[in-house]
Amino acid sequence: MAVLAALELRGLTRRYGERLALADVTLSVAAGQTLAVLGPNGAGKTTLLRLLATLLRPHGGEVSVLGHALPDEGWAVRGRIGLLGHEPLLYRELSARENLAVYAALHGLDGEARAEELLAAVAMERRADEPLRTLSRGMVQRVAVCRALLHDPELLLLDEPRANLDPAASELVEPLIGRASGRTRVIVSHDPAGVLAEADLVLGLVRGRVQVLAGAAELDPAALVELYR
Amino acid sequence: MYGKRLRPLALTTFAALTLTLVLAFFWAPNDANQGFLQKIFYLHVPLAIVTLCGFVYAGLAAIAHLRTRDSRWDMRSYVAIHLSLVFGVAVLVSGSIWAKGSWGVWWDWSEPTLVSFLLVMLLYATYQPLRFAIEDPERQARYASVFAITAGAFVPINFVIVRLSTAYLHPRVLGDISANLPGRFQVVFYLSLVSMALLWITLWRYEMTSKHASAQLRALKRLLAGDEDEALPRRSAVPTLSVGAGGAGSSGVGAAR
Amino acid sequence: MSSTTRTMAAPRTRVVLAALLRKELRVELRSFEAVPAMSLFSVTTFVLFHFALQRNALSGDLASGVLWVTLLFAAMLGINRLFVADAEQGGFDGFLLSPADRSVLLYSKALTLLAYLLVLEVVAVPAFALLLLGSALWPALPGLLVVLALGDLGIVVIGTLVGALAVRTSVRDLLGPMISLPLLVPVLLCAARATSPVLGAVGAGALPLRWLVTLALYDLVFGLITFAVFDFLLED
Repeated sequence: MAVLAALELRGLTRRYGERLALADVTLSVAAGQTLAVLGPNGAGKTTLLRLLATLLRPHGGEVSVLGHALPDEGWAVRGRIGLLGHEPLLYRELSARENLAVYAALHGLDGEARAEELLAAVAMERRADEPLRTLSRGMVQRVAVCRALLHDPELLLLDEPRANLDPAASELVEPLIGRASGRTRVIVSHDPAGVLAEADLVLGLVRGRVQVLAGAAELDPAALVELYR
Repeated sequence: MYGKRLRPLALTTFAALTLTLVLAFFWAPNDANQGFLQKIFYLHVPLAIVTLCGFVYAGLAAIAHLRTRDSRWDMRSYVAIHLSLVFGVAVLVSGSIWAKGSWGVWWDWSEPTLVSFLLVMLLYATYQPLRFAIEDPERQARYASVFAITAGAFVPINFVIVRLSTAYLHPRVLGDISANLPGRFQVVFYLSLVSMALLWITLWRYEMTSKHASAQLRALKRLLAGDEDEALPRRSAVPTLSVGAGGAGSSGVGAAR
Repeated sequence: MSSTTRTMAAPRTRVVLAALLRKELRVELRSFEAVPAMSLFSVTTFVLFHFALQRNALSGDLASGVLWVTLLFAAMLGINRLFVADAEQGGFDGFLLSPADRSVLLYSKALTLLAYLLVLEVVAVPAFALLLLGSALWPALPGLLVVLALGDLGIVVIGTLVGALAVRTSVRDLLGPMISLPLLVPVLLCAARATSPVLGAVGAGALPLRWLVTLALYDLVFGLITFAVFDFLLED
């Protein structure tokens, strides 16, 4: 079987009012590979992630996610994407189990067994019946990992996924969202050193424009320094 | 695009308005009951009709905006509501003067047209605050269009319901105009309606031209500045037009030449 | 393509709707952000009317006006809260990321608001009868229930639309009532006119059919509009 691109962007453009939030982004990520997106604040990293998640529409260019063109075929890729961002996308008044039950229904899954399996994997099964507002941020983030993986997505979109996690929790989620998970991943990060180790491809954005696009192996470290100047 | 033929249009409007005024004051007979005061009718009623048509047009433009996602339709809708709000204030003031003159009160709750008009104005008064309260320009445009469609449908329905609720106390100038008014009244009334519509259209096109020009100017400035060190645009209730400076944009600059 | 072949059947509407309603019920039962405030507000407002009007008992036009204005303002509190948890805690995005049909969100929110209103009226109507109504409630009740049902429907379709419109603005608590109250004037007008003969001083009169039909048509038209434009409030 030929390696098909999981992500294919050609001239992707998105405006924010009259300003360009993303200008002419062209790249391709093969299935199972990891793309690291780096850049200073306001570079368009989160915009790119939300576009790939079908939450924003592209204003120009072509976007193909898992073989489907966005935005027209958004319905076909929703449910195959897992988004894990700054917001946990969970209801604070509901417990972890209740939140996951809502998401299972939204995805048309009978997800109870899957939810228990994931909660156990992030060591949250003991506190899974408490309302999330009583849990620490790190614990909520672990539940959010379960939420993003509940429907076993092929593509993971991660926005600083380990931001609120202590080292122990980071280790817990590693098999789920790390390289070993075998999923195609897009990781937005502010920590170039950390993310380079797990990336195949590195995209450096500055003011919505592609400044660096290279394989992680052949990347010139000086280019990264330049990125944050 | 909107600047074309603006001058002849403006001149026609000016001529029509002048003719309307001359005829209204010197040619149309004085009303038997209301006398000279009735002249305000030639201002008030056509103005009200044009205002409401403007609101309905804004709703239709908003439908086109949601269907095409073309920001120019949002601008059309925005300018239409903006203008109709200004016209609407004139309607309320002239209506109030007329009410004071003929019924002795500044405001009359048993006049359904006036009451419905007030409701419509109260609703549309929230359009600009709504826009201003949404920072993301694209979402602002979309939400504003949803508002304009809902409010546009509200305009006619509201008139029917409020009229149902009120006894018919006052002469219905709108409904059965041909039955009530002698020939000369009718001629001046329709002429006035045409001139007010022309005035609305002229002002609408004028504002569209100006909004387009400033969007192009900003696009050119951006091009010259090389898009570097650009500050975030100020928060605003005005639609953002996606105009390219070099004609490369989808809604090209060349259109206005 | 992924090697696993997965059946990507869209989730069933009824299952999603049930899950969303269960979620709404749980959130409200744990946070008590809407319904208790609405009910308490209505009772307080009746007390205010008693002092403001300096009347111990109302009937006819005045009774129906006081009842409907109070219900409308109490409903505003619910409309303002309706989408807040979803906007602030990311429920909107979570919903949009799923393959579920977008209109299910509208149905769930409309049913939630309807439930808010029903609980409100279970408190407000007896309180009104006790505190302000000059005539007996029982003979008026069947007619009143019909008007309440149609009035609630109008509040639900407009409240759901405006609630979604206002929630992601910087001044949602102001914009919600400012936009929805003018849109609800015809509902108030029809409902108040239909209610006043029912609450007559000399016993319950007949329901004026004309106002009920007008109200039902208004509900229908704005129900269709809300259905048609709601999706545009969700996408970004």
